Amino acid sequence: MIFIFAVFLLTLLVITAIAIVRTEDLFVAVMLTSIFSLLMAANFFILDAADVALTEAAVGAGVTTVIFLCALALTGDREKPRQGSRWITFSTVGVLALLIIYATFDKPRLGDPDAPVHQHVAPWYLEKTPEYIDIPNVVTAILGSFRGYDTLGEVFVVFAACIGVLFILGVRPPRKAVALSDKSKGLRHHLIPQVVGRLLIPFIVLFGLYVQFHGEYGPGGGFQAGAIIATGIILYALLEGEANALRAVPRKVLLGMVVGGAMLYGAVGVVCMLMGGAFLDYSVLASDPVFGQQLGILIIEAGVGMAVCGALLSIFHAFAAREGLS
Amino acid sequence: MIDLLLDILSWLLLVLGGVCVLIGGIGGLRLPNFYTRIHAASLTDTMGTILIFVGMMLQAGLSLAALKLFAIMLFLLLTGPTATYALANAALLSGLKPDAGIASDDPQENDPE
Repeated sequence: MIFIFAVFLLTLLVITAIAIVRTEDLFVAVMLTSIFSLLMAANFFILDAADVALTEAAVGAGVTTVIFLCALALTGDREKPRQGSRWITFSTVGVLALLIIYATFDKPRLGDPDAPVHQHVAPWYLEKTPEYIDIPNVVTAILGSFRGYDTLGEVFVVFAACIGVLFILGVRPPRKAVALSDKSKGLRHHLIPQVVGRLLIPFIVLFGLYVQFHGEYGPGGGFQAGAIIATGIILYALLEGEANALRAVPRKVLLGMVVGGAMLYGAVGVVCMLMGGAFLDYSVLASDPVFGQQLGILIIEAGVGMAVCGALLSIFHAFAAREGLS
Repeated sequence: MIDLLLDILSWLLLVLGGVCVLIGGIGGLRLPNFYTRIHAASLTDTMGTILIFVGMMLQAGLSLAALKLFAIMLFLLLTGPTATYALANAALLSGLKPDAGIASDDPQENDPE
């Protein structure tokens, strides 16, 4: 039964992908990308990857759609007509598709316990997580502790991406621009969305905090929580106007969150070294090594959440501020 | 006995909810202009949501799952109609007049010539 549903979802995914390529209206393409992400999240969930599904739904279907729409508001919503033949593109795509189909012949059956990926380090993680870290969610244990270096790298990628976007969008246009006053009012005259939004935003932020601090027990963690909280605040900015959102969470605080989150993660590693362990070896943080691991994961997840939330909101505000200039 | 009755009731609600979603889908494709189409699609948000979620809550029984389903239903019942309203409002503000006399809002089909 679940197999039929998975095939149905994958078919829809292919149809959506073709529609994204074929449409010339970029606004429609953005909406279809959002649907694509939602279908992908459902697929991940069927494959029991709840953590990844949550990330895909929050980031792919939620935040990136808003940022794409902001970008469209700055550029235009029609695809540029293209001249000349595209046989190089078509042949490249065709050859790559054939190669990928050929590669799938060697792929092990879905969920095969003898597949190489399940024989490498995964059994060790599954066996040692209760002993070393003692939390139910092995994904969080791997992300936060066993592969802490990788996650640190990811946080710095988010940090660098945020700085890059701010550098590009922060450049003022050559002419002296005047901020439009009526653009920042948001949907002030729309009573119903505003009332419903005010009702929902506290719950969205609360759910984000739950995902953040429950990540050791259920699906979730810093990346997902940061994206969910950012979505809640973007909703506030859309309903109440960007100026009010900036008054609630000023730009300095956002940048502080991005820098502070990344620094907090690195600082935990340095503190571990000062207390006599290796970099990001949380066992030395407390007298009980297992509690030390849990404490370390909690702190670095908080750092990840802060960095992701701050980065997404900074990028959103950078786009929105650009829109206000004419 | 009571289990069987609850099971029948829950499946009845689920099938009815499915029918509502189906009607919403057909209406979204078949109806002539924008406002009638979102009118049909909003059936999915309200009747479809209520029927399917109450059906699933009956399947879950008195448990934490039923509470979670209730919370999701409440969320969808709040956001769905709001989204429909926002869509209709945006269409109205951008100049699409709700006119019962016009069969379709596609400019090509409405050409007087």
